[in-house]
Amino acid sequence: MALIELEQIYKIYNAGSDAEVRALAGVSLSIAPGEFVAVMGPSGSGKSTLMNVLGCLDRPTSGRYLLDGKDVSRLGKNELAEVRNRTLGFVFQNFNLLPRMSALENVELPLVYAGVPARDRKQRSSEALELVGLAKRQDHHPNQLSGGQQQRVAIARALVGRPKIIFADEPTGNLDSRTSTEVMAMLQALAPTGITVALVTHEPDIAEYASRVIVVKDGLIVRDEQREARRAVVLETGEEHA
Amino acid sequence: MSLYVTLRIALRALSRNRLRSFLTTLGVIIGVAAVITMTAIGEGAKARIQAAFASMGTNMLVISPGSTTLGGVKGGSGTMPSLTWDDLKAIQRDVPSVRAAAAVLRSSASIVSETNNWSTSIQGTAPEYFDVRNWPMSSGSAITQSDVDTGAKVIVLGQTVVDQLFGRNADPVGQTVRIRQVPFTVVGVAAKKGQSPMGQDYDDTAFVPQSTFAQKIQGGLGKYLQGTIFVSAKSDADTGRAQDSIEALLRDRHQLRQNEDNDFQIRNLAEIASAQEEGTKTMTTLLASVAAVSLLVGGIGIMNIMLVSVTERTREIGVRMALGAKPRHVLAQFLIEALVLSIAGGIIGIALGVGLAILLGKRFDWPVLFQPQVILVAAGFSGLVGIVFGLYPARKASELDPIDALRHE
Repeated sequence: MALIELEQIYKIYNAGSDAEVRALAGVSLSIAPGEFVAVMGPSGSGKSTLMNVLGCLDRPTSGRYLLDGKDVSRLGKNELAEVRNRTLGFVFQNFNLLPRMSALENVELPLVYAGVPARDRKQRSSEALELVGLAKRQDHHPNQLSGGQQQRVAIARALVGRPKIIFADEPTGNLDSRTSTEVMAMLQALAPTGITVALVTHEPDIAEYASRVIVVKDGLIVRDEQREARRAVVLETGEEHA
Repeated sequence: MSLYVTLRIALRALSRNRLRSFLTTLGVIIGVAAVITMTAIGEGAKARIQAAFASMGTNMLVISPGSTTLGGVKGGSGTMPSLTWDDLKAIQRDVPSVRAAAAVLRSSASIVSETNNWSTSIQGTAPEYFDVRNWPMSSGSAITQSDVDTGAKVIVLGQTVVDQLFGRNADPVGQTVRIRQVPFTVVGVAAKKGQSPMGQDYDDTAFVPQSTFAQKIQGGLGKYLQGTIFVSAKSDADTGRAQDSIEALLRDRHQLRQNEDNDFQIRNLAEIASAQEEGTKTMTTLLASVAAVSLLVGGIGIMNIMLVSVTERTREIGVRMALGAKPRHVLAQFLIEALVLSIAGGIIGIALGVGLAILLGKRFDWPVLFQPQVILVAAGFSGLVGIVFGLYPARKASELDPIDALRHE
C-alpha cells in the first residue's frame, strides 16, 4: 500500500478574484514506503506548495490526501501538528536549529511535544546524534558547529521521533559540495530502513541521488520517472573535515 | 508537554535577554513596591490615630463654659463660669443616651513627697471620670463616691508623677503627699496612657475628689462648676444624639433665647477622630490608585516586550510548530514567559516594598502596618497583569501560520 496518496489536489489562492493563483492544479501522486523522491521545478512552479501540503504544513483547497492510510486533507491545526510530530520529519535549507539550545536539546524538541518523559527523551536523542556521528558534540550549541554538522543535528532531530517520511527542503543549499555529499549519503541510508525521503532541490546533481524524480510546472506534475540513483560516496575523513 | 518543561523554556528565553527582562519587570516591581509601601505607611498612620483617640476615651463629649466678653475682648473658653453643678446633675439624670458624666476641675500645683516635689496638673473629679476616660488603675483604687461625698483627702497619681516623686517601679499606695501643706493619702495609680494626639503627656497628672479640690485647692464649692464636664455616650451612634440632647438641655436650663449663642461649648471627640480617619483613608486610596496606575504601566511594558519577542522569534515558533508544537503549546510558552516576568516582578516588588516601608518607618519614626491581604492582593494582581497583558502577544504567536513563520527572516 502507498504511504502517500494524493488525489486531484488543488491549492488555489484568492479564489474567484482576478488575482486567482492555482498553485496546485489537480495533482495526483502516489509514493511507496522507502522511496527516495526528488521534487524539482523552477520557482513559482508550485513545488513548494506541494511540499507544504505533503508536509502537513498547509491544507489543500480540494482533493484528498491519504497519509499512511489516513485522510489528512481536512484536519485541523492541532491534528496536523500531531501528524507532523508523529509521522513526519523536517530538514531545512538553513538548518533551523534553535540557537540557544545545545545539539541534544534541539534533537529533543519533537519528543518534548510528543510528551516523552525526560529520561527516554535524553536517551533517544543521544542515540539519534550518535547515528549522525555527533555523539561527542551533543552539548555544543549551533554556533559552535559547522554547517554540515548543524545539518546533521537537524537530520537527527528529524529522525528522533521515528517518522515514516523525511521532508528535506533544499538540504544542501547552504553547504559546500563535500558536506552536501555527506548529507545525501545520510539520507540515502534511510531508504533501506523503510523511511521515505522527499527532497526538494533545484540542483540536478543533487536530484541524481534520488531513485525517483518528479518535475513540477505550473501546478502540475509534468514528469515522473524512476531511475538508478547515484551512490553518495563519502571520503573517509568525515568528522575532522566538518 | 509538562508545565515544568514550559517553565524551563520560558526561563531560558528570559535569561537570554537579562537586562531587557529586568527592565521589563521594573514597571511591575515599582508598582508592587509602591502599593506595599504606601499602604503599610497609610495603615500605620491610621492605626496610630485610632489608638490615640481610643486612649482619650470612647464616644466622648467635652463641655466647657463659655467665654466672657469685656469691652469687645473675648476672654476665651472657660473664663465665664456658666456651667453649674446642677447642670452636671441634670445631664447625668435627664439625658438617656449618656452613659456617664463627670466634672473635671483643673489647677496647677506642686505635689511634695518626703524626698521630692513635682509640679503637675491637679484634677478634681468624680468616680465617673475614670469610666468616661476608659482609664483603669494599675495599682490601688480610684476615687470613690464616698470620697467625693465626705471630701476625703485622697489622691490618685498619674504614672509620670509617681516616677518623679517616688522613682520608677515604686508603688506609692498608702504613702502621704502634700499639696499646699495639705496632706493627701495616695490611694491609687492610674495606668499609663501615653501621649495625646497633640503630644501632651496624659500621665503627668493627679486626681483628687472634686469636693476636696473645691475646698482645699480652688477654695469654696460654689454654684458654678469651674472646669469642664466630660460626658461619655452609650455608644458611637449615641454620641451625636447625646450632643444634641445636652445642647438642648443646657440652653433650656440657661434660659437662652432662640437667637442667642450658646454660653458653653460642646466638642465631640468622635467627630474629630472619624474626620482624621477619613483623611487617612482618602490618602491611602489615593496612594493605592497611583500604585495601581504604575502596575498598569508595568503591564503595558510587559505586553510591549512580549510583542517584540514574538516578532523576533517568529522563526523559532515556525520551527516548533513544524516539529509538532500545537497552538496551545506556543500560547502556553509565551503566556508563561509573561507570567514569569510579572510574578518575578511581584515578588521582588513585595520584598522591596516591605524593606522600603520598614526603612522609611525607622528613618522618619512612622508606624508601619503590613496587612497580609494587601501583600496577597499585590501578588495576585501582578500575576493578573501577566495574564492580561501576556495573553494578546501569546495568542498572536499561537495563531501564526507555520509556513509564514518558517519563512520569516
